[in-house]
Amino acid sequence: MPEGGLAIQTRGLTKVFGRQTVVNGIDLSVPRGSVFGFLGPNGSGKTTSIRMLLGLASATSGEITVLGQQMPKRAGTVLPRVGALIEGPGFYPFLSGTANLRRLDSADRFARTSTRTARVGEALERVGLTHAAGKKVRAYSLGMKQRLGIANALLTPRDLIVLDEPTNGLDPQGTREVRNLVRSLTAEGTTVFVSSHLLAEIEQMCTHAAVMRAGNLVAQGSLDELRQAGQSRVRVLTPDPGPARRVLAELGLAVEVDADGRETHPLDGESVTAPLDAGNWVDGPIDAGTRTDRPLDPERIVAALVAAGVRVRGFAVERASLEDLFVALTGEGFDVAQ
Amino acid sequence: MGSELAVLFRRRRTWVMLLALALIPVLVAVAVRISSAGSSGRGPAFIEQISQNGLFVALVALTICIPLFLPLTVGVVAGDTISGEANLGTLRYLLVSPVGRARLLLVKFVAAMAFCLAATVVIVLAGVLIGAALFPVGPVTLLSGDTIGSGEAALRALLIAGYVTVSLLGLTAIGLFISTLTDIPVGAMAATVVISIVSQVLDSLPQLSALHPWLFSHYWLDFADLLRQPIEWSSFGTNTLLQLAYLAVFGTLAYGRFASKDVLS
Repeated sequence: MPEGGLAIQTRGLTKVFGRQTVVNGIDLSVPRGSVFGFLGPNGSGKTTSIRMLLGLASATSGEITVLGQQMPKRAGTVLPRVGALIEGPGFYPFLSGTANLRRLDSADRFARTSTRTARVGEALERVGLTHAAGKKVRAYSLGMKQRLGIANALLTPRDLIVLDEPTNGLDPQGTREVRNLVRSLTAEGTTVFVSSHLLAEIEQMCTHAAVMRAGNLVAQGSLDELRQAGQSRVRVLTPDPGPARRVLAELGLAVEVDADGRETHPLDGESVTAPLDAGNWVDGPIDAGTRTDRPLDPERIVAALVAAGVRVRGFAVERASLEDLFVALTGEGFDVAQ
Repeated sequence: MGSELAVLFRRRRTWVMLLALALIPVLVAVAVRISSAGSSGRGPAFIEQISQNGLFVALVALTICIPLFLPLTVGVVAGDTISGEANLGTLRYLLVSPVGRARLLLVKFVAAMAFCLAATVVIVLAGVLIGAALFPVGPVTLLSGDTIGSGEAALRALLIAGYVTVSLLGLTAIGLFISTLTDIPVGAMAATVVISIVSQVLDSLPQLSALHPWLFSHYWLDFADLLRQPIEWSSFGTNTLLQLAYLAVFGTLAYGRFASKDVLS
């Protein structure tokens, strides 16, 4: 298996329930070693996709490769290397946390019996449940069950861990622990596939992401790539909006007529904005060696403005946040697309 | 497999059901004991025999349990097999562990049968113990008129427990199949119990006598044939064949349904 290949790859993955297409021909590419965020509003087909990846539901059409092997045909050899938390934890309420993990571990024929007790203990410790290990799961809080679910995914060393909404029901403290856990997993070389409807969560722990909307995959790539797909813009604060607009237009920027209504301090004058194409200037740290003078490098815009006598009181290049992108891709508010 | 049995027998529900079944022979024995103090000498012959030989408590209790109580408990266990896991959300985790779907069905079926065996053995054992405690125990007079010693009688009792367990194969397979159809365990349990009752009702309608040999409950009470000398094996054989046929049909249906099912619970 090639190192640095894909941990998950799907081609034209489709799921139809009755007349409703829940997942519509998605092509996922999850690089090995990445923390891959699978984003989308509720009901956009994330969990159904995950169920298909794990062989729980059959695909209506399309191909799935997980860890280099066909799913669901090779489920028997693939799944032991995959840990999963799928749509919330599921446990026997009448058994203790330890007994639940032992039960699921013994269902895995590749898991060694001799190390079971040690592995169960370790997994519980990793999610901070050692003190509640002997308690019946019935008495667990939602957050504790969620932790136990994550512990189950960690029972044996895995190559891929799939976490569906891992921070559901967790307090902020628990959410941070999950982030740390994911970080430590990637340090061990595990690929982590996290689904979430919370952008902030993905932004904080992922290296790559894909965005689902109404069963379609609308964006995919590394976080940087995604950010660049969004529109950056320059914002000039000046008491001379007229000349400022003219200068920007001369530089070839499409000045936005309707300023976005952002409040400015009266002393700063008006805000003039124009979208800035990422290709026209150098993003990221500017290294003297690679520096090239391009007409739209921000500093040249400022120079042009000042040369034209515009009183520049503020200047900023605003990068599109992932949130803008997410909202642009998936729509705003509660109007979950059908 | 061991884990499956552990889950089954660590449930309080399982123990409550076994305890309830064990109470039936106790109830029978105590009732007979009290009423026989001032006995009028009337009542069904087989219950009367108890006061002469305590070992009969076990048989009477089995006869009482077979039509309703055993199917009820078996229905609970068999109906819970797959739908119960689905309802708890553990089914998906078992499947991605991974457990092959065929293997899971097999393990579930074997565990349910283990419960059937435990249930019948509990009834027989409780019956023998309470019978021995409250009534005289001695050589047993069989239906054919022969007499056998206590040791031989114990053997026959075990044989009967085996017969009843085999009798429940068909119902368990039906329960397993129904359990793959739904995510709601109570529904599967109730349906299984209802089917066992329907089968017995059909069996009692003389107009449908052509159908009778094909009903899985038809031979349920024929364990008495094991109390003849020599043992009348034919009903044991016919019953086993019939139960295996049910197992084959509903086992296949369950596999056909479960193997291709989308697990969305």
